[in-house]
Amino acid sequence: MSQGPVAPAPGRGVDLSRLERMPDPEPDEAVALQEVWREVAPESRRGRRDLLLPALQALQRARGWVSYPALAAVCRELGVPLADAYGVAAFYALLRTEPGPRHIVHLCDDVACMRRGADRLAARLRERLGPPLHGPEHGGLRGLPGSARLSGAHGDGASPGAAASVGWAFSPCLGQCDRAPAALAGDEVWGELTPEGLEAGLRDLEAAGHPEGARGEPDGAAAEAPLLAGGSPGVPGPRAGCMGEATPLLLERVLSGGATTLDAYLARGGYQALRRARELGPGGAMAEVERARLLGRGGAAFPSSRKWAAVAREPGPRYVVCNADESEPGTFKDRVLLELDPFAVLEGMTIAAFATGAERGWIYVRGEYPDAYRSIRRAVEEARARGYLGHHLLGADWSFDVEVRRGAGAYVCGEETALFNSIEGLRGEPRARPPFPTQRGLFGRPTVIHNVETLASVVPILLRGGKWYGALGTARSAGTKLVSVSGDVAVPGLYEVPFGTPIRAILEELAGGAPGGRRIQAVLCGGAAGTFLFPEELDTPLAFETLQAIGGTVGSGALVVLDETADLWEVAERIARFFKEESCGQCVPCRVGTRRQWELVRAIRRQGGRVDGALRALFDDLARVMRDSSICGLGQLAPNALASLVRR
Amino acid sequence: MRLTIDGHPVEGPPGSTILEAARSVGVPIPTVCYHETLEPIGACRVCVVEVEGARTLVPACQRRVEEGMVVRTDTERVRANRRMVVELLESSADTRLAPEIGRLASELGADPGRWASLQHEKPLPARGPKLDNELYVREPDRCILCYRCVKACGEQVQNTFAIAVAGRGYEARIDPGFDLPLPDSACVFCGNCVAVCPTEALTFRTQWEMRRDGAWDESRQRTVTTVCPYCGVGCQLQLTVQDNRIVKVTAPVDDPTTRGYLCIKGRFGWQYVHAGLQTAPEALPKAQTDARRTA
Repeated sequence: MSQGPVAPAPGRGVDLSRLERMPDPEPDEAVALQEVWREVAPESRRGRRDLLLPALQALQRARGWVSYPALAAVCRELGVPLADAYGVAAFYALLRTEPGPRHIVHLCDDVACMRRGADRLAARLRERLGPPLHGPEHGGLRGLPGSARLSGAHGDGASPGAAASVGWAFSPCLGQCDRAPAALAGDEVWGELTPEGLEAGLRDLEAAGHPEGARGEPDGAAAEAPLLAGGSPGVPGPRAGCMGEATPLLLERVLSGGATTLDAYLARGGYQALRRARELGPGGAMAEVERARLLGRGGAAFPSSRKWAAVAREPGPRYVVCNADESEPGTFKDRVLLELDPFAVLEGMTIAAFATGAERGWIYVRGEYPDAYRSIRRAVEEARARGYLGHHLLGADWSFDVEVRRGAGAYVCGEETALFNSIEGLRGEPRARPPFPTQRGLFGRPTVIHNVETLASVVPILLRGGKWYGALGTARSAGTKLVSVSGDVAVPGLYEVPFGTPIRAILEELAGGAPGGRRIQAVLCGGAAGTFLFPEELDTPLAFETLQAIGGTVGSGALVVLDETADLWEVAERIARFFKEESCGQCVPCRVGTRRQWELVRAIRRQGGRVDGALRALFDDLARVMRDSSICGLGQLAPNALASLVRR
Repeated sequence: MRLTIDGHPVEGPPGSTILEAARSVGVPIPTVCYHETLEPIGACRVCVVEVEGARTLVPACQRRVEEGMVVRTDTERVRANRRMVVELLESSADTRLAPEIGRLASELGADPGRWASLQHEKPLPARGPKLDNELYVREPDRCILCYRCVKACGEQVQNTFAIAVAGRGYEARIDPGFDLPLPDSACVFCGNCVAVCPTEALTFRTQWEMRRDGAWDESRQRTVTTVCPYCGVGCQLQLTVQDNRIVKVTAPVDDPTTRGYLCIKGRFGWQYVHAGLQTAPEALPKAQTDARRTA
């Protein structure tokens, strides 16, 4: 495969004649598309299928939905078949393919927000705006094909709700669990939301006529303004803390207010690690990471140095991808790093590129993180302008540049091969492996892909030495870990601890325990793909091996606390609904299995939480086929939390 | 590459799959989404097998053979997984016209009925047949999302790209874009998607209408092999004939020229046979015009 983006069969055999006959897009749609095409010469747009998602996002921002004539215009420009492009548009939760309200408030009703009053906000929204566009009462269905969709295709706007300017929908976890309950409106995050705050926000939306209002487009003038500590205006900054040996390590700058400009970062020791890496050379830098025993922080805990070595062995061009599609319910660590310490992520990525001989990098930020996107984009631009990225960066005989991409609402795109497909403009469906990303990753090239926290950890490893870092933590879990604590605790927040710290200590000493002197009933550990831990298990040290020994997982490092007032089966139903809505639909065990699993939990709830023999047999058979035969981790891990509850 | 399948030593050329290696020594592995003329899809997971050292089961249709690989195709774990896959398939789509799935269900002892007890939830609305043209019918309720039709329509066979998977999860579906009627899509009515559909979610209009009217009777049908009269390629045709009338045209998959794929003329241009006179294929565009009017 040739260098750079390659679309499968670009334009070959695609009959564009029907598209030529389509009406032209509306002026605002055309303007939005011009922004996307601006940097690519007309003759080289064919085959740049990777521009498809940015184009769809631009249309969504401009109009609130992707219309048929506008989609046809995109297809003409890129040489992508209409059905394919539609299949991509209809894949993502933040893109709409039928007319509806101009602005949509995405209210998080995931576990942490559920425990902090999302239902009161939902009631207010229902009263104010009518039923949600998307939510549990539809079984989570996003507009099945029907007359509304058809009429929408021809732009007559006849579908229900088209007249209202503001609508709402339930959303899976928005990664704002430390300021729950939360909502996302356009590119604004509303945190610690009260019914009054919600009302004010709705009035602004109805008056603004533009979703971003004074905030501007993420790439617009507002992005140049200094980032507030909390990102969106009026949203409190993240709460954070640390305990134990060597901490704060990753949170050092975050705890003192962040370093969101290059000068602030340089003043705090920034880019010394890259300097060190260049002294050591690619092999030496790689050896430090190997000595550090760094395991991937995204959930799979794969040794980072092995990925580096595998990619370095392959012929170039090689790529580095930063997986910032943090979507695991209860997890917000990557968001905080990107918002407040973006250059550390960028420096770690640059070191990974240096060690593996990679020439290009991509940062894929989840669509629900507008502030993290603005922050990292700004950081990339500043780094490039000052020679920390780009051609012969810092005088090196090697070049590395980074592009920032945004997701559009799909948990499965955190799966690394689905993420590659998403960047390439395909549906976010995981690929079969082998081949592995280190052999054939993004655009078919050898690719190192790491989670945000993993890349940020590379910086202290180079600064203080792999041996020093490797001695932190436990026998099989080296270093420190960021833990997102939310739910029923006094101080939800982001905490850093060395591996091996007992979970109870994190909950009680850092997060202040359950509020109001209540008793902790269970902790959802590792996110929706993790398991419930019960009180007697809370003395378990947080480490890969110790949690594995009790059938749990570190996962993404999320701890969602549920006190004695929580209904665990209600939580279980939310988790089951999450997987049902986030399955890509490619393989049978996950596509059908996640639906059946949701039905099963509903059946258990109807029986008051009693799991009889028949339901138990169904669950065991279902869990087995999902774990054994699903294509990717989503389906394989989807039964975990429920299994830990059923076992009880 | 030397490997072992159920204890049999097998030699497989590099790049070949476990499925191919198993079939070469007569070890049966069931498949549903796999089609011999298409690249492996790996969506249905019916062909999963155990590979020593692998945490999960692997799809035999997709996984390439490796030196020293130890494969087991008939363990309790494999059978239980296949049985569940078939139960899930049958619980999610109308598979009554998919004989291969029915055969597998009885062989594996699959009981999709046990999932019915859960269906308190509003099921997805039945979508019913889509009758928007005279040549074929789409029945989404029979669709198992095997992706075969999408692959055949796209770069692997027809290069038309008229359909794709849209939506996601349980509501994923095959869609020409915005749920357009087929005559308004990029479809060229070659019928190659119908040829690869394993469940009659895509079916020829004649066949669909005869089934609806109770007139479709396979016991009264015979196959006549002939050569397409239209162009010079000379594609082999298989005419399915009932009561001395053509009811369906297919092509043999083992024909190296067509591999079972035809164009609109060979597939649908046979009405003149029954008109009693040799009319030119102008009949075809008219059929499409009619379809457009119906839609």
